[in-house]
Amino acid sequence: MRRVTVAMLMLGFGLAALGLESMHARFSEARHDAARAETARLVRDLGLTDLALFTEARYVRHISQADLFTPFQDAPVSFEHFPSGTLVAPPAHLGRHAGALSARPIERNSP
Amino acid sequence: MIRLEHVTRIHNEGRPNAVVAVNDVSLEIPKERVTVLRGPSGSGKTTLLTLIGCLARPTQGRIWLDDELISALPERFMTEVRRRTFGFIFQRFNLIRGLSALENVMLPAYPTGESHAALKARAAALLERFGLKARMHEKSELLSGGEAQRVAIARALINDPAWIIADEPTASLDTALVDQFIEEMRALKKAGKSIIITSHDPRIWQADVVDRIVTMQDGHILSVEDVSARERAEEKEQNA
Amino acid sequence: MRRWLSRQAHLIDFTLGALLRRKGRNLMMLAVYTLIIFMLASVTFLGSALRFEAKAALNYAPEVTVQNLIMGRHALSPPDWVKKLSRIRGARNIHGRLWGYFYDQAVGANYTLMVPPPRARDLAVNLGEVIIGHAIADLRKVRQGGYLFLLSPSGKLFKLKVIRILPEDSALLSADLVLISETDYRAFFNLTPEDGYTDIALTVRNSNEIPTVVNKITRILPTARVITREDILRTYENVFSWREGIVLAMLATALVAFAIFAFDKASGLSAEERREIGILKAVGWETSDVIAMKLWEGGLISAFAFIFGAAAAYAHVFLFDASLLAPVLKGWAVLYPDFSLTPVVDRLQLITLAFITIIPFTIATLVPVWKAAITDPDIVMR
Repeated sequence: MRRVTVAMLMLGFGLAALGLESMHARFSEARHDAARAETARLVRDLGLTDLALFTEARYVRHISQADLFTPFQDAPVSFEHFPSGTLVAPPAHLGRHAGALSARPIERNSP
Repeated sequence: MIRLEHVTRIHNEGRPNAVVAVNDVSLEIPKERVTVLRGPSGSGKTTLLTLIGCLARPTQGRIWLDDELISALPERFMTEVRRRTFGFIFQRFNLIRGLSALENVMLPAYPTGESHAALKARAAALLERFGLKARMHEKSELLSGGEAQRVAIARALINDPAWIIADEPTASLDTALVDQFIEEMRALKKAGKSIIITSHDPRIWQADVVDRIVTMQDGHILSVEDVSARERAEEKEQNA
Repeated sequence: MRRWLSRQAHLIDFTLGALLRRKGRNLMMLAVYTLIIFMLASVTFLGSALRFEAKAALNYAPEVTVQNLIMGRHALSPPDWVKKLSRIRGARNIHGRLWGYFYDQAVGANYTLMVPPPRARDLAVNLGEVIIGHAIADLRKVRQGGYLFLLSPSGKLFKLKVIRILPEDSALLSADLVLISETDYRAFFNLTPEDGYTDIALTVRNSNEIPTVVNKITRILPTARVITREDILRTYENVFSWREGIVLAMLATALVAFAIFAFDKASGLSAEERREIGILKAVGWETSDVIAMKLWEGGLISAFAFIFGAAAAYAHVFLFDASLLAPVLKGWAVLYPDFSLTPVVDRLQLITLAFITIIPFTIATLVPVWKAAITDPDIVMR
């Protein structure tokens, strides 16, 4: 077989895999819709405010609820509990200087 | 016929290391004959060959192919002329490593967009003609010297050019292979090809297939010798 | 068209043949390239899926949460705040929430203890009962109907009957929850009703009124800090954004890897390759053919790496639940939600990824060749 044929078959195979995956995405939507509806109900009923992704420290467990000085536990305005702390930015409402990497200007609406 | 008019080629023009490789050469190369450019290294014969073969442009002067002024063509057309008109056999053959003998022969025809099947058939037929049918799928670096030589000749012929240009084709070849090369050239000449060879190998210029020897030195032409005429004269003398 | 295709096919044939000459080296490079794209795409997919889930779920978070701050620290809200807040027109469902943290020494995990609000009728717990998140059930190996023993901070042992385990599907938000009755909660943490609540949540029916309500709250309760749902959502918009540490570090690594590739390519045009280009031009290839051939080289390698890297990343994140990234997500936590994510792919991010990988690589392949390709073909004769 020609090399170009082999290469194109391989690329075609890869594209087919991507195609199958996009179909997977479409078809698993229904299942996930149900799960999301359930989660949404739980969030509304319990008044949950945060993801339970990181449970090792309170300012990453409840990022949005962290008070202005929580970060001072270790270093000013930084969530330093590696690696979780590197995956989240300080809560948006802590102000524009919270987290040097968060370039997006943020309005303060806390007193 | 190829005609050169006052052709000069300067390498690295305008720089301190500028070299006049070919200096005011005027020459006519006849069709369907074997012409040898002879001279020591640095005499400008290879540069002259690149100018004739449209691989480079003269700094000054004109080159005509039949009635076409080829030295002034834009790059694209020059490539076109080169592909259509000339088949090249390089020193040490310059086959591409990693590709099979067959692919090496097909290479010059790739840009024409000829279908793979047709091109492959033509290349295979050529290789068969040169007795390489069994070796056609061998990687070029695994071919013997003689096989590589024949693949190089087959590659030069794939686009069916009118002119064959060979640059020091017999350097580093043993006598048997030189003889073989001369026989191939004879067959090509018989088939109506025009052939230009640069060589400082006496085994080439003494070959009876050669029609004309152009001797060069320091970028100039020293002499143009019509060997076939000489031979005919010698023959006459012997007969008399 | 057919001639064009046939010509391109020939060029591809040639470029692949040339690549296969250094099979080991080039396959290695392709593998590294694919791996880099796989890692970046995995993080991208995981990030956008998490952001999507967060947004979908937290859209139902309380519109307004009111926290008491004392000396800059989150403190209990006094019980009379509920009464004060109920005077605000537009504020509804005002209720004092009780939630806090508990470190379970038995397994070394942190739980979030919480009292379900009265309106959560499905999740009502009586004295001595508990509803737990899925991860806790796994960790403590308890089933519905079994008992969960917790040693309170003051040393009292609580024996709680597990009446329900929160569904695994909601684990991303509920994995570490322990829902107990208010009486149990206050007993557990030694809180009297006069101590008040952790914070106060309220809903605002008309979302246009939220700023007005927030204004009123800050006027009535000057020491309070108000967090709106908008704030929460905005906080989670940044989770796993490319600016954050690990992602940034990976991006930087990838870019350095590309720089090395590019440098290797740029300086790697050996005398042999140069000569080869000379041969091709001498036998009748145009400059454009040589360039096209090299474009195919860069393009094919990039396309291959990108397609396979992205396909593998999708499988990794959405079929295998991002198992390779789990250690990063877990961090030092013992308790970790076992979640599966809705496959959502951020197209813009994917396109960005394609651009920052494919284009530099192709250009890196091309630049040195361009220089070689425009030189006169008589190089072969020298």
